[in-house]
Amino acid sequence: MNYSTTMNKDPRREKAPMGRPNFIQRMRHLSKDEMIMLAGLLAIVAAMMVALVLPLITIFTKSFQDNNGVFVGLDNFIEYFSSYGLVLSIWNSVGMALGVTLIAGSMAFIYAYALTRSCMRGKKIFRALASIPILAPSLLPAISLVYLFGNQGVIKDLLMGESIYGPIGITIGMCFYIFPHVLMIMVTSLSTSDARLYEAAEVLGAGRVRIFFTVTLPGARYGLISAGFVAFTLAITDFGIPKVIGGNFNVLATDIYKQVVGQQNFSIGAVVGMVLLVPALVSFVVDRHVRKKQTAVLTARSAPYHPKPHALRDGLLFTFCAAVTVFLVSILGMAAFSSFITFWPYDMSFTLVHYDFDAVDPNGWASFFNSLKMATITAFVGTGIIFMGAYFVEKCQSFKGLRTTVQMMAMIPMAVPGMVLGLAYIFFFADGDNPFSGIYGTMAILVLASVAHFYTVSHLTLVTALKQIDPEFEAVSASLKAPFYKTVARVHFPICLTAISDVAIYLFVNAMTTVSAVVFLYAPDTKLASISVLNMDDVGDQAPAAAMAMMIVLTSIVVKSLHALISRGINARAMAWKSATT
Amino acid sequence: MKMQLSKSLKYALCAATLLGWSHAAQAATKLTVYTAVEPEELQGFKAAFEKNNSDISIQWVRDSTGIITAKLLAERENTKADVVWGVAATSLLMLDNLGMLEGYAPKGLDKVNALYRDSADAPAWVGQRAWIASLCVNTIESKKYNLPMPTSWQDLTNPVYKGHIVMPNPASSGTGFLDVSSWMQIWGEDKAWEFMDGLHSNIGIYTHSGSKPCKMAGKGEFPIGISFAYKGAQLKNKGAPLEVIAPKEGLGWDLESFGIIKTSKNIAAAKRFADWSVSTEANVMYNQGYAVVAIDGIAKPVKGFPPEVITRMIKNDFAWAAENRTRILKKWENRYGSKSAPK
Repeated sequence: MNYSTTMNKDPRREKAPMGRPNFIQRMRHLSKDEMIMLAGLLAIVAAMMVALVLPLITIFTKSFQDNNGVFVGLDNFIEYFSSYGLVLSIWNSVGMALGVTLIAGSMAFIYAYALTRSCMRGKKIFRALASIPILAPSLLPAISLVYLFGNQGVIKDLLMGESIYGPIGITIGMCFYIFPHVLMIMVTSLSTSDARLYEAAEVLGAGRVRIFFTVTLPGARYGLISAGFVAFTLAITDFGIPKVIGGNFNVLATDIYKQVVGQQNFSIGAVVGMVLLVPALVSFVVDRHVRKKQTAVLTARSAPYHPKPHALRDGLLFTFCAAVTVFLVSILGMAAFSSFITFWPYDMSFTLVHYDFDAVDPNGWASFFNSLKMATITAFVGTGIIFMGAYFVEKCQSFKGLRTTVQMMAMIPMAVPGMVLGLAYIFFFADGDNPFSGIYGTMAILVLASVAHFYTVSHLTLVTALKQIDPEFEAVSASLKAPFYKTVARVHFPICLTAISDVAIYLFVNAMTTVSAVVFLYAPDTKLASISVLNMDDVGDQAPAAAMAMMIVLTSIVVKSLHALISRGINARAMAWKSATT
Repeated sequence: MKMQLSKSLKYALCAATLLGWSHAAQAATKLTVYTAVEPEELQGFKAAFEKNNSDISIQWVRDSTGIITAKLLAERENTKADVVWGVAATSLLMLDNLGMLEGYAPKGLDKVNALYRDSADAPAWVGQRAWIASLCVNTIESKKYNLPMPTSWQDLTNPVYKGHIVMPNPASSGTGFLDVSSWMQIWGEDKAWEFMDGLHSNIGIYTHSGSKPCKMAGKGEFPIGISFAYKGAQLKNKGAPLEVIAPKEGLGWDLESFGIIKTSKNIAAAKRFADWSVSTEANVMYNQGYAVVAIDGIAKPVKGFPPEVITRMIKNDFAWAAENRTRILKKWENRYGSKSAPK
C-alpha cells in the first residue's frame, strides 16, 4: 500500500472550483499578504524576462534568419536536419547523456542515501569531498583524464586498448562533473523525512527492502526526477569535456562550438541551441505531472527520522562512498600533481614555476580578485532572488498563472549552453537602443549572466526543500494573523538554512569556475580567473592553467570551510528542532 | 569606538576616492584593443607603445581568434573595441565585408610588403606577421613506433602513420581550414580531397584548436601534429622533443593583422596605435618567435624555426578561401566529420 496517502493532503488543491471571478473582483479581495506576493512574483517575472527570455528570443530569432539577418523561414532547420553528420550528433548526445544520467544518478543516489539514512562513519568528510568536482572548471576533469588514460597516461592500461578520446572519456568526465550537482538535490530530498512513516511501516511488519520501495523512494521521488533531468541536461549542454576529450565523437555542444566559434555561423548555432532546449521542455512537462501527485513529506506533526546503526548496511555504504571519493579525489589530484611537473612526461622534476602567473598573463592576479568579487556578489544577490522565486512558486496560494510562468522560466537556464547565453547577452545588451545597455561591459552583466546560468539547480534545490514543509505552517500562521514574511523568517528560513547556504556556496563556486557564458562578456577591467585558465590552456600553457585552476579550487575550499565554521553555530540553533526527540 | 571606526572608514573612503580621481585625471585615453596575441607577449607591446604615447592607455581584451571574431560579429556597431589587433586576416576580411573597419593608411605603410596588407590606398587591415603551417614531430615517440620522418604532405598518407597524426578540425579552427585551403590551392580540389581521404584514415583525432596538435605532439600524446611552425619552435625551445618539419609541396599561412573599428570613439588614438604597429620598432618585436614580419629585411632567423618554412609559403588567395569556405567545410563534414575514430 502507499503510505504517502496517509499524509496530509494539501487542502488548497482539493478545493472545488467556484467559478472564476473577474479580475477587478479578485484584485479587490486580495489580502495584504497577497498584494506583496503579487508584487514579488511580478518583479521576478520581469527580472527573468530581462535576464533570460528576451536575450534568448533575440538569439533564437537568428535561427530563422541567414547570417545577414534576412528572414529565411525554416531553411536553417532544413539545412541542419538534412545534414547527416549533424543529426548523428543528436543520437550521440542523447545516448551519452542517458548513460551519464544512469551512472551518475545511481552513484549520487546511493551516496546521498548513505549520507542521510545510514550511521556510516565519516559522513561529514564524505559530504565535503563529494563537492570536489564543483570546485573546478569542467575543463579540469578532461585534462586529468588525458594525464591518467591518454596515450602517455599513467594508468592507460586499465582501458584495455580502448581510446580515452571519445564516448568513454566523455562519460567518465561527465560523471565526475555532474555528480555534485545531482547529489545536492538528492541529499535535500532524502534528508527531510518523517520518522512516523517508518515506525508505521515497521509496526505493520514491512521489511527493510519493502520500506525502501514504499516509503523512502516515493518520498524522494520528486528529487529523483529533478536530479535525473539535471544530470541529463548538464550532460547534453556542457562542451568543455567533449571539446578536450571527445575526439571524433561529435555531440551537440561541440557542434555549437564549431558553428559559432569555428565558423561564426550564428544561424545554425542558434538552431542547435533550440534543439538543446527540448530536454528542458520535456523536463518541465514531467515536472508538472509529478508535482500534481507530490505532497509535503514534512508536516507540522512530523517527527524527524533518525537512522539506527546496522553494521552490514553501514559497512557496504562506507565502502561504496570511499570508492566514489577515491575516484573524485584522484581526478583532482592528478591535475594538482601535473601543475608541479616541469614538462610532462619527459621532465618529471618538481617545480613551482607554473604558479608564477604574472609571467604568462598580464592580468595575473587582478583577474583572480575580479573573480572573487563577482562570485561573492553572485552568491548573495542570486540566493536572495532565487529563494524568493522558489518560495512564491511553492508556497503562494493564488496567481497560478504567474507561478507556472516562473517555474517554467526557471527550468530554461540549465538547458541553455553557456555559449548561447553569452552570445544572447551580447545581442541583447550591447544594443544601444536597449535601456539596459549601460550594464554591458561591467561587472553587473557578469553577475547577471552567472545568476541566470546557474538558476535551475539552485531553484530546484530550494523548491525541493520548501516542498517538504507542510503548508499547514502557513495555515496556522494565517489564522494567528501573522504576515507570511514573518512565517518565512521564523519557519521556512531556518528549516531551509542548510539548503540556502548550499545554494549560496553553489553559486559562489560556479561563478568562480564558469567560462562559457562570461567569455563573451568580460571587459578589460573585469577579466576573470576562469578565463585566464582557458586562455592559458588555449596557448599551450597547460601546467599554469592547471595551477590557476588549483588556485580557484583552493579559494572555493577556503570559502566552504569558512562557511562551515560560521554556520555551525547558527545551524546548531536553527536545527535544534530536528534533533529533539519525540 | 564604533564612531571612530566609521569615521576613519569615511576618511579612508574619501582618500581612496580622491586617489581614484587624481589617477583618472592623469589617465590617458583608454584604447580598447581586441586581440588574439598570446597573453605573455601583450605586456611588452603595451609598454613599448605607451613609452612614447603616455596619453594613451591600452586595454587588452584577449581571447582565441574564434571567440574574438564571434564576439565582434555579434557586437557589430555596438562593439566597445577601438582596434582589432593581432587577429587573423581572414577574420578581418569578414569584419571588412560588414563595413566594420575604418580604412586608414598608417605612417610608414609604404614599407609594408604589399602581399601582407589590404590593397586599398587606405587599407582596412594591415598584416603584422605571418603564421605558417608546419608539422610538429615528436622525436622520442617516432623512434618508439619506428616512424620515418615525413618530408611532404603526401608522406602522411603512408599507412605506417595510422592513428599517429592529429590535426585541427577545419570546422572548429581557422588553422585547420588554412591547411585544407592550402592543399586545394596547391593541387586543385579533386586531388586535395583524394589526399585528405588518405590522411583521414591515418588521423588519430581532430582537435578544436589550431595549436593543440603541436602541443599534443610535444607531450608525446600523438607523435605527429599538423599545426604551425611558430608553436613548434616555441615548444622546442622550451625543451619539448620536437622537430619542426616544413612539407615540401608548400605551406598555407595567415596573417596576424590589425584594423581600426569604424564606430570607435577614439579614432585619433587608434590611428596613432596603427602608426606604431607598422613601425620598425614594432616589427622588431613581432620577430620574437615569428620568422616572417610585415616589413621586409627586418626579420632575423628564429631559433628552432627551419629556414625553408619561409621559402615554402604558398601564394595564398585569401579571397578565394573566404568565398569557398562554407562549401568546402560542408563537404568536409560530410566526408570526415561523422565517422568514428579509425582503429
